[in-house]
Amino acid sequence: MATIVVFAEQSKGQARRASLECIGAAFATNAKVVAVTFGAGADAAATALGAAGAKEVICLTGAEPFSPDSVAADLAKIVGETGAKAFLAAATVTGKDIAPRVAAHLDSTLFSDVTGFSASGESFQVVRPWLAGKAIATLTSQAPVLCATTRPNVFAPAEAAGAPTVTTRAASTGGKATVTAVEAKVAGKLDVKEAGVVVSGGRGMKGPEHFGLIENLAAAFGNAATGASRAVVDAGWRPHAEQVGQTGKTVAPVLYIAVGISGAIQHLAGMRTSKVIVAINKDKDAPIFKVADFGVVGDAFEILPVLTEAVKAARAR
Amino acid sequence: MKIVACVKRVPTTEAIAKPTSDGQGLDPAGWQYMLSFYDELALEEALKTKEKFGGDVTVVTLGPSEASKEVRECLARGADNGVILKEADPSTRDPRSTAKALAAKIRALGAELVFTGRVATDRDHAAVGPMLATYLGWACVSEVFALELTETGGTAKRETEHGVESVSFSLPAVITCNKGLNEPRRASLKGIMGAKAKPIAEEQPEGVPNQVIVKKVELPPARKAGRIIGEGAAAVPALITALRNEAQVL
Repeated sequence: MATIVVFAEQSKGQARRASLECIGAAFATNAKVVAVTFGAGADAAATALGAAGAKEVICLTGAEPFSPDSVAADLAKIVGETGAKAFLAAATVTGKDIAPRVAAHLDSTLFSDVTGFSASGESFQVVRPWLAGKAIATLTSQAPVLCATTRPNVFAPAEAAGAPTVTTRAASTGGKATVTAVEAKVAGKLDVKEAGVVVSGGRGMKGPEHFGLIENLAAAFGNAATGASRAVVDAGWRPHAEQVGQTGKTVAPVLYIAVGISGAIQHLAGMRTSKVIVAINKDKDAPIFKVADFGVVGDAFEILPVLTEAVKAARAR
Repeated sequence: MKIVACVKRVPTTEAIAKPTSDGQGLDPAGWQYMLSFYDELALEEALKTKEKFGGDVTVVTLGPSEASKEVRECLARGADNGVILKEADPSTRDPRSTAKALAAKIRALGAELVFTGRVATDRDHAAVGPMLATYLGWACVSEVFALELTETGGTAKRETEHGVESVSFSLPAVITCNKGLNEPRRASLKGIMGAKAKPIAEEQPEGVPNQVIVKKVELPPARKAGRIIGEGAAAVPALITALRNEAQVL
């Protein structure tokens, strides 16, 4: 049985959903999954990591303040010691920073943001988008260790896989870069990459003062994040972190609602793999309707409040 | 300060993907090219750093000779010289072999600060920056949207899923640049004229065999044709029904 090492993120005992999905992707290949995590609450998060598919959980102690180069070096050592044939991390901002370093330590290339991961014996195959999803490549590698990051919202965690063996290990010190402070996000605010539902606004919202309508609809769904088109981010109406598109974030939520977004190629590149797409636009010829499963033609200011109430009512049922 | 900006020539957003007949890659016929968006931010940050601390900016790219157009644009904006590590088809290089070729050149240049984009908008790996730093044994901060530098190090801010991290680092370092860091300047007429006299060296990069094996490249499955539910707020009940019963997402 092959061993796969997974870098799993947690915060205050709460495992990151994208990390659970990543463990699930490894577990689905029948491999033995060793999850490595760190930070306050790591031991509490171990139960969830086990349920998602990790047979072993290694908690790095003393890894805070966090130094990505130190943690990457530790992960590479663990890969070596366990004889793992693959290393995975979720394609979060942290995972995308750590995984290339681990890969370099292992002198192996990296496959980022994979949407498919499978094994035959001890050799692995990945699927990943090229040119922002305009093409899909199926790839394998001759690297000593297959290293990849998994796209959030694509894989499923295992269900109640079991209770893991939990061990601790002292983290390396002497990192070349160290996180000295973290300005925590507003509690409960989901990142656009991780949310199950994304409600995005474009130029059709006419001004930053109207984005409350977008936020209200997102809030009605409960597990939603707000997104934005490049035009409104460039205009300064919304923060960069919300931009969906080729020069922003690529999202793959269960439900994507585009409001007042015409659907330029640059935007479609970031959201075309969403499972269900809804478009609301006053221009019935807007390109966004070509990728939308369901379209509503009309004035967003009239539609959004009604839709928000209807979603609330539907969810309360 | 010896500063390097690593940039990449990528197909424009409008490029159409057409798998080659052998299913091993994409047919570039008809593609136009541009400097990868985030690499423009990297160049700008390199130029700002030079203006503050002195030194010079070398633009390094791995690509075909035709990439001299994009490198020349960087020189017109203010970079001092350019290096093309010649690779007729850079898409055949995986992130590891790209990072190793760049690391060898950066070491040879004696640079102490490297800026590159957080991701190149063709293969979207976002891997070369941190890999390069690891091969060099340098500090690296990725996806930086705010940067304060001193002669020996600095503090960079990056936005993660759990909040904004402040990262302190020492030089030498690799910084990968995200939106918000700066507004790239345009080349002035004087810059464009001056760039013609600036040197662009073409060199053979270190040969590092690829590890990636392409099994197949195909177009994504077409989305099932959607439909217009209706017009205005009156369409909301039908939309809710569709989301609940057909799409089962509510």
